[in-house]
Amino acid sequence: MTVWSRKDLLGIEELDAAEVLTILDTAATMKEISTREIKKVPVLRGKTVVNLFFESSTRTRVSFEIAEKRLSADSVNVSASGSSVSKGETLLDTARNLEAMRPDIIVLRHPSPGTPQLLARRLPCSVINAGDGAHEHPTQALLDAFTIRERLGRVEGLTVGIFGDIAHSRVARSNIHALRKLGARVLVGGPPTMIPPGIEGLGAEVAPGLEEMLPLLDVLIVLRIQLERQGGLLFPSAREYATLFGLGRERLCLGRPGLLVMHPGPINRGLEIAPEVADGTRSLILDQVTNGVAVRMAVLYLLTGAHRGATAADAVRGAA
Amino acid sequence: MSAGRRLLIRGGRVIDPASGRDAVADLLVVDDSVASVGPEASGRSDGAAVIEAAGLWVLPGLIDLHTHLREPGFEYKETVLTGSRAAAAGGFTAVSCMPNTDPPNDSAAVTRAILRKAEEAGLVRVYPIGCITEGQQGQRMAEFGDLVSAGCRAVSDDGRPVMNAGVMRRALEYSRHFGIPVISHCEDLNLAGAGVAHEGAIATRLGLKPIPAAAEEAMVAREVVLARQTGARVHIAHVSTRGSVTMIAAAKAEGLPVTAEATPHHLTLTDEAILGFDTSTKVNPPLRSADDREALRRALAEGVVDAVATDHAPHGLADKDLEFDAAANGLVGLETALPLVLRLVAEGACSLHRAIEALTWGPARILDVPGGRLAPGDPADITLVAPGEEWTVEPERFFSKGRNSPFRGWRLTGRVRATIVGGRTVYRDGAIVDEGARRGFSTPP
Repeated sequence: MTVWSRKDLLGIEELDAAEVLTILDTAATMKEISTREIKKVPVLRGKTVVNLFFESSTRTRVSFEIAEKRLSADSVNVSASGSSVSKGETLLDTARNLEAMRPDIIVLRHPSPGTPQLLARRLPCSVINAGDGAHEHPTQALLDAFTIRERLGRVEGLTVGIFGDIAHSRVARSNIHALRKLGARVLVGGPPTMIPPGIEGLGAEVAPGLEEMLPLLDVLIVLRIQLERQGGLLFPSAREYATLFGLGRERLCLGRPGLLVMHPGPINRGLEIAPEVADGTRSLILDQVTNGVAVRMAVLYLLTGAHRGATAADAVRGAA
Repeated sequence: MSAGRRLLIRGGRVIDPASGRDAVADLLVVDDSVASVGPEASGRSDGAAVIEAAGLWVLPGLIDLHTHLREPGFEYKETVLTGSRAAAAGGFTAVSCMPNTDPPNDSAAVTRAILRKAEEAGLVRVYPIGCITEGQQGQRMAEFGDLVSAGCRAVSDDGRPVMNAGVMRRALEYSRHFGIPVISHCEDLNLAGAGVAHEGAIATRLGLKPIPAAAEEAMVAREVVLARQTGARVHIAHVSTRGSVTMIAAAKAEGLPVTAEATPHHLTLTDEAILGFDTSTKVNPPLRSADDREALRRALAEGVVDAVATDHAPHGLADKDLEFDAAANGLVGLETALPLVLRLVAEGACSLHRAIEALTWGPARILDVPGGRLAPGDPADITLVAPGEEWTVEPERFFSKGRNSPFRGWRLTGRVRATIVGGRTVYRDGAIVDEGARRGFSTPP
């Protein structure tokens, strides 16, 4: 039974729990494809996907591109530099021109919140939000929920902490929405300069600090500190941040024995997370990356409507 | 008694807060002035043209303290002519236009050019506002003397607030020589940063860069302190937060020469309006919280806010059909202001008397211009309103070039039926009349 009728994936906020679970269940089926010797199924054969990236990205862009290729879609990458954007064309004009070439899906990464909504309203093709400013990054939250569920068997009833620059983090917002919808308790924390007013409105509780949060958690998501953007304004120095707020081995010992650690990447080793924690047995960081491909395959599959009349398992089996 | 051109407005409800009048009465206009109001008006109306106003409200012509006419420099957004049409259609008989044109209105030459355009349009009175500093750069004072003698009624750097308190202090002192108000767009640019939305739960949810209430309040505090220091007249533009209202009320209680305006959109909307990323809701100061709106409404009702001003800010599609971050600030307000204020009255937020006063006598006193009242001898600037008429806001039908209204599709009650400026009907029943007549009334009396 597949619950999916949307044209676009713009954010987690507008999804209900059944839709989130549909994506996770579909991703579970897709994950197997990446373990085959021939990692390719023809379910999106003849479909065109444009990866339109207005911000630099390695992980997300490559993850989408691999997902597209494993489903046999034709994909094209457009980045802001070296395109007509640098010649003064507006976002809508760029999008309209791409649309005129009849893609089936546009995957958009843009620094300004709300741009996926703008495109989705105007274009007949599907739009996937691959991160819009500090607003949402739905596929990241989905892969995080998938990873938690895969490891712990459930999300409901867990307590998940998110620590770092909540104010500027789309990962934090999408994760709060997703985890709350799936029945988890979410605690957020960070230096006071990084906690935005009204974050409780999304369903998160603000913890007084990392030490207070750790003993309560099943999972801790550590956020990347954007040194290049915020150094000197939100915290005095990398040294002080690492000392006061970084997740090192000693702090990790404040957590429960089974505490799992996640990070959306790219990590700053020795800043928000110590190398021995990132590489340690509690770390799910590389599982997240692996699962990112499966989750994005699921989203692409559902949005193209390939699921209609067939289950994901059928589609994948028939393809092999 | 003069044998001049006569116009009798018969049987309307004359609501004139400045005269303390709210009664069904005839109003006689002779030439460009109000001759009499009340029973004697009909007795002297032999040979007068007659407007039957039974069922209509007869108001002093509305005066907008804060309009962007965009000319010179941004004629694709609005011109003095199209802005004058929008004003007339909205019931405004006078508008005061902000100096953030290109070039900015920091010289008598620009002021005269605007007034010449207004005279050619021949619709409503235009009172230009000059710059505080040359080129709105916040450094060297503009030539207030030249600006005032050319026709400016106030000075402001509008959306480019004077961040240097020393410069502002001297400008305020110098303004006393002319008795003009200095209009301050209160925004500490360091606190506002690159923000695009009110700092609070909504901006947090949408991930939009926030503008804290403190960005406005820090500057309101500074202006109050400087008004006390200099004794100069300070007018606070588009007040939007509870904290600002509190400080302005205290300044007034202390007897400082501080006045304030609020916009229909800040009195009507909250930051919830931005939830769909509709760029017509992007405005500076940003739409604030429900608590701020409540404080503004009370301030209007109690007279802490002296005037309702539109901050009419027309933009082209190219300025607004963009990402929320990239879109220009501002919305068009002239053609929706009156019914939005009447909506506040209908909701019980403020009395009808106060609402009309804030659109007429309030702004007239701040600018120190004739009008805003309908006593014998006053200019015959009159707005006729059908108070019960419902209509739907369709920006495509605006006289303004701007289509950037967050009120698209709203059902509003109360519609302007006629706008009379200096005894001449310039707008009636949905159409501009007398356009292009060169009557010269826009020259400062």
